[in-house]
Amino acid sequence: MSGIPHDHYEPKSNGEKWLHRRLPIVSLMYDTLMIPTPKNLNWMWIWGIVLVFCLVMQIITGVVLVMHYTPHVDMAFASVEHIMRNVNGGWALRYIHQNGASLFFIAVYMHIFRGLYYGSYKAPREITWIIGMLIYLLMMATAFMGYVLPWGQMSFWGATVITGLFGAIPFVGDAIQTWLLGGPAVDNATLNRFLSLHYLLPFVILGLVIVHVWAFHTTGNNNPTGVEVRRTSRKEADADTLPFWPYFVIKDLFALAVILIGFFAVVGFMPNFLGHPDNYIEANPMITPAHIVPEWYFLPFYAVLRAFDGDVWVVIAASFLTGGIVNAAFFGVIAMFGAIVVLALVPWLDTSSVRSGRYRPMFKWFFWIFILNFFLLMWVGARPAEGIYPYIALVGSAYWFAYFLLILPILGVIEKPLPQPETIEEDFNAHYGPEAQGGTSAPVSNPAE
Amino acid sequence: MMRETRTVSHAEDPHSSRRDFLFYATGGVGAVATGAAVWPLVNQMNPSADVQAASTLRVDIADVPVGSQLTVLFLGKPIFIRHRAEDEIEAARAVPLDDLVDPIARNPNIEGEVEALDENRALAPFGDSENTGEWLVMWGVCTHLGCVPLGDGAGDFGGWFCPCHGSHYDTSGRIRRGPAPENLPVPVASFVDETTILLG
Repeated sequence: MSGIPHDHYEPKSNGEKWLHRRLPIVSLMYDTLMIPTPKNLNWMWIWGIVLVFCLVMQIITGVVLVMHYTPHVDMAFASVEHIMRNVNGGWALRYIHQNGASLFFIAVYMHIFRGLYYGSYKAPREITWIIGMLIYLLMMATAFMGYVLPWGQMSFWGATVITGLFGAIPFVGDAIQTWLLGGPAVDNATLNRFLSLHYLLPFVILGLVIVHVWAFHTTGNNNPTGVEVRRTSRKEADADTLPFWPYFVIKDLFALAVILIGFFAVVGFMPNFLGHPDNYIEANPMITPAHIVPEWYFLPFYAVLRAFDGDVWVVIAASFLTGGIVNAAFFGVIAMFGAIVVLALVPWLDTSSVRSGRYRPMFKWFFWIFILNFFLLMWVGARPAEGIYPYIALVGSAYWFAYFLLILPILGVIEKPLPQPETIEEDFNAHYGPEAQGGTSAPVSNPAE
Repeated sequence: MMRETRTVSHAEDPHSSRRDFLFYATGGVGAVATGAAVWPLVNQMNPSADVQAASTLRVDIADVPVGSQLTVLFLGKPIFIRHRAEDEIEAARAVPLDDLVDPIARNPNIEGEVEALDENRALAPFGDSENTGEWLVMWGVCTHLGCVPLGDGAGDFGGWFCPCHGSHYDTSGRIRRGPAPENLPVPVASFVDETTILLG
């Protein structure tokens, strides 16, 4: 795969040859594991493995949690407490699953930002990016439905608000919302179908992850320089790459181990830090919590949703132009989904011929403002929709859209990029070669010798 | 030559038109069969018979004091039944129509689309007596994204306030400020005797 010259699997024993003629599965695994990988990958390239680990961890803990959970409005809340108090080790399984969702989203945001900075979405890796965006959307759907299952106040009202988004669609919204809920309001039918889909979607994600890996194994990995691996000769390819096993596997597993130390510290010592106390109150359709907040990983988009009320001029203009069909509620929904759509379309919005942000002096500034803005939106999404906060949300939302629709298309035209290294080997030697280590020409002493 | 005959139009070539017919017919039958198989899978998610069953609720309002609100759960959502005080009614009736975000009454008990005057939203009393606006009955569901607004004079207009995204409703349940697009809707309701309201 990937067109980079490298070793291929050769069946040696008679048994291997027998299997290989019938099912070349060992060959497939060998090529996948031994894929030539750019040797200058930095620590931002570890999040893929963390994400795979999260998916597997969530599926395993989820499968066993379902063995003790009851999807009924009268029993769901109690069955979660049953898991916490009675099931052997149930508290650990639930806290791992609950905080695992947060680790999953931390990793996916790091992974996405890595791609945005180093231009990993650019040709020929657009399909990898699009598949990744589909995975991200499914992750959000899965996490949202999973949060409904404990049937606490935030579960119930979060479900009401989010399904209400579909109700804001003109003409057919009410019918769609009723169809999604299975009734006039969030109730038992909703809880049952959410469990079914919460169990199903991770396996769809697993399938897409395989396609995602397949896609970038076809194009080869991007790397911090954005310069392609030389494919002209085996010697040059070997100078630019190392096989994934063992070099990158060990590196990734080391990073995963460090991350898991932090993760299990949270699970053990502050398992509810990222949750909301209101979700330990059983769902009650008669009382809305004073302040409905989604989980932290949805907050930036929740801020975009709330930023557009009837007083914003674009909303007034949209409402006027469509004869009131696009009202403030529907506009907010369009903006929220639009914020994800522009992210997915970035391969075609970024006009720069230079892949890596490392060689784009102007892009760097806008990129880091984009990251800060992401956290600003996350912060303001958790504040009440009063006073100064809607204005901050509006400014943040405006930057989000401007970044994709104005800044990236224009920068590619006006920016003068810095010189890029000719090869990955050159970049690797500049960073990790003997010259770069301490700046002396003396031989580097190796403590293992 | 054989090649020549292949270029004649389908209408003159019985084999080709027969094959085309079979091709489209098979495709058509396949599409219908797929649709027939998918529709039950989609439709099963619509409200089930027990949920759909036409539901009504009788509410005894004899014990609701003036200036307070009774909240009942109807079809999975709260209904606000407010016994309004004199000043609330006066405030609601003093609002000029031009000040309203949503000029429509949203009252299915009155035929047609009428103006959002308080008289068109308050529940008509039992018998033929004049509508003094004593009783206001409406869904307690914010028209923005479905939260339950806080009552008892909450918000800047002395009516209801939705804590989720800051929508203010006046003492007639009409949207005055915030992201909600419409007035709180009135349910199908009527007095069956002096002290009982029938919902649905």
